[in-house]
Amino acid sequence: MAIHQIDPGLVPFQILDPEGNLVGEMPALSPERLLYFYRMMRLARAFSDRIIAMQRQGRATTFGSLTGQEAATVGLAAPLQPQDWLATSYREIASLIVKGVPLSTLVYSFRGYTPPNWPAETRCLPYQIVIGTQIPHAVGLAMAARIAGDPVVAVGVCGDGATSEGDFNEALNFAGVFRAPVVIIVQNNGWAISVPRHRQSAAPTLAARGVGFGVPAALVDGNDILAVYETVRQAVERARAGDGPTLIELLTYRLGSHTTADDASRYRDPAEVEAWRAKDPIARLQKFLRRRDLLSEEQDEEIGASVLAEIDAAVREAEAMPPMAPDSFFDYVSATLPPRLQEQRAELLRFVAPSPSQRQPGERR
Amino acid sequence: MALRPMTMIEALNNALALELERDERVVLLGQDIGLNGGVFRVTDQLQRRFGERRVFDTPLAESAIIGTSVGMAVYGLRPIAEIQFAGFLFLGMSQLVTQAARMRFRSGGAFSCPLVVRSPYGGGVRTPELHSDSLEGVFLQTPGLKVVIPSNPYDAKGLLAAAVADPDPVLFLENIKLYRSFRQETPEEYYTVPLGKAKTVQAGDDVSVFAYGAMVPVALEAARQAQQELGISVEVIDLRTVWPLDEEAIVSSVEKTGRAVVVHEAPRAGGIGAEVTALINERCLYSLLKPVARVTGYDTPYPVPGVEDYYLPTPAKVLAALRQVMEP
Repeated sequence: MAIHQIDPGLVPFQILDPEGNLVGEMPALSPERLLYFYRMMRLARAFSDRIIAMQRQGRATTFGSLTGQEAATVGLAAPLQPQDWLATSYREIASLIVKGVPLSTLVYSFRGYTPPNWPAETRCLPYQIVIGTQIPHAVGLAMAARIAGDPVVAVGVCGDGATSEGDFNEALNFAGVFRAPVVIIVQNNGWAISVPRHRQSAAPTLAARGVGFGVPAALVDGNDILAVYETVRQAVERARAGDGPTLIELLTYRLGSHTTADDASRYRDPAEVEAWRAKDPIARLQKFLRRRDLLSEEQDEEIGASVLAEIDAAVREAEAMPPMAPDSFFDYVSATLPPRLQEQRAELLRFVAPSPSQRQPGERR
Repeated sequence: MALRPMTMIEALNNALALELERDERVVLLGQDIGLNGGVFRVTDQLQRRFGERRVFDTPLAESAIIGTSVGMAVYGLRPIAEIQFAGFLFLGMSQLVTQAARMRFRSGGAFSCPLVVRSPYGGGVRTPELHSDSLEGVFLQTPGLKVVIPSNPYDAKGLLAAAVADPDPVLFLENIKLYRSFRQETPEEYYTVPLGKAKTVQAGDDVSVFAYGAMVPVALEAARQAQQELGISVEVIDLRTVWPLDEEAIVSSVEKTGRAVVVHEAPRAGGIGAEVTALINERCLYSLLKPVARVTGYDTPYPVPGVEDYYLPTPAKVLAALRQVMEP
């Protein structure tokens, strides 16, 4: 582990090789915890597949595939405590699930609605759509924790494309200057829509960005959940102990298209995709667990069935929730609605025919 | 001229190809505009035809896309930069507003910035957050910048050519819903449609409706219904350049009809409608028979896809405004 050093080097940290062999020091993780990781990765993949299927059926809006990045997204959230904050992009939905955001809340949001019950107590900010803008927020949350003297850490996650944005670099600089208890994680999945990683930065690694800001950094095999977990755990501990920020680059791969609105076959070599498919993060942990007799074939099937049942229930729950009321977008513009907006709301309602299927008795307007 | 039915996407693609052909100084840059041809395919095949030196993908950084375009424009190139969605212009705001728009001003005329920034905007197509916002109102207080919004393929091609030929920076906003909604007979050859000139889409006597972008078809549908239901004759004017406004077109129409409705999907406060209304007050208040009505997006953030249709102006909303201004 090299996160106390400024130079992250060029060799990614690894504990499990792609065949699931232990090639590093095994972190202190119980069999139950390892099975939890495995189940959450299976859940993430099945959830992504389900939302994409719903999008194709017109039951969900644009969705960005999570497939191939399950070790990175589950592994980065696993070391966090309930009091820690998490600010992510749309690619880290699995991290939000691990941190406690209910599946049904997420499904409702992918139906094209603002969830009425975003669980603020999970300390997850709503996933960010605009690129890189969440990283200054993570640093600010961490600066606040330091000012308040709380043993709280913030984690900000973005993709490789976001490292080109001003917000990312400005935030990394603040993190270093203010010794913020923050972990900034780059999920380098190889592609920013159609732009490959090597066209995003001339630097050999994105972790190397830490050097210029005086922020210790680590380069990690992002398809190895044990390496991801262990590196983030150490970085979170460092932050909590008052030792400042860490930048972590997770090397992973976006096996799917950017979103349901994208067709990666236009710009990507299928051979590259196949090469990464062979490094599937779920298969890697599965092989490891099988070899250690921690996961029987029967258990594996049970896990597959139980994640599908959990997703089925969440989709049922989210689809039973009423659509947002037509004028609901006036609700949270500000703490109180100015008279001018009250008038505009009334103006809109004159054009909305109340439909019994949409309006339930006592529904908040 | 050889005419071909084109969507707005095809007309813009054709316009960009002609610019690259006729002027070596023209370069295209942006995110995913190369091999991918842009997320809406406006730049489809252009990198293949004209090479990576002139049509290239950039790192993901709106501020640097616009900022380096300023440098290229000052050097003597004619950059056409794409910002993937207008909502992302916010990330490049400083370079666009404080640098591109002011290069001529702050250098006392020593340098200019002939730059075109293209960006898709507008709602109704179920996009994620900040992919549907209409920002044109923000740029009313950006002296030095022109803002152009076409409503059809023919105008899109001719206005884009005029924007490239303009000696100053132009923000060229392309409505996403109009991109593929219809085809129009469009010349294959180069032509321009002048900036700063509105177009009377339908002449009428009783009331003037000012619209642009995707609100032009909405205004036309409302005008048709008004003719049927109220028996009134509606003049529909497509502003085409929303800044600076074609003041003569606005004033002469209102002087004729005495009534006006402004329609846009951007928020109401401080928007194009407010500016058109102020202009009418300044130039032809005594021609007005009723107060000017505005049919616009509301003064809220652009909503999530599930309720966005309620946010947008509709023919029914425009028709109600027409009824209101037609009251005796």
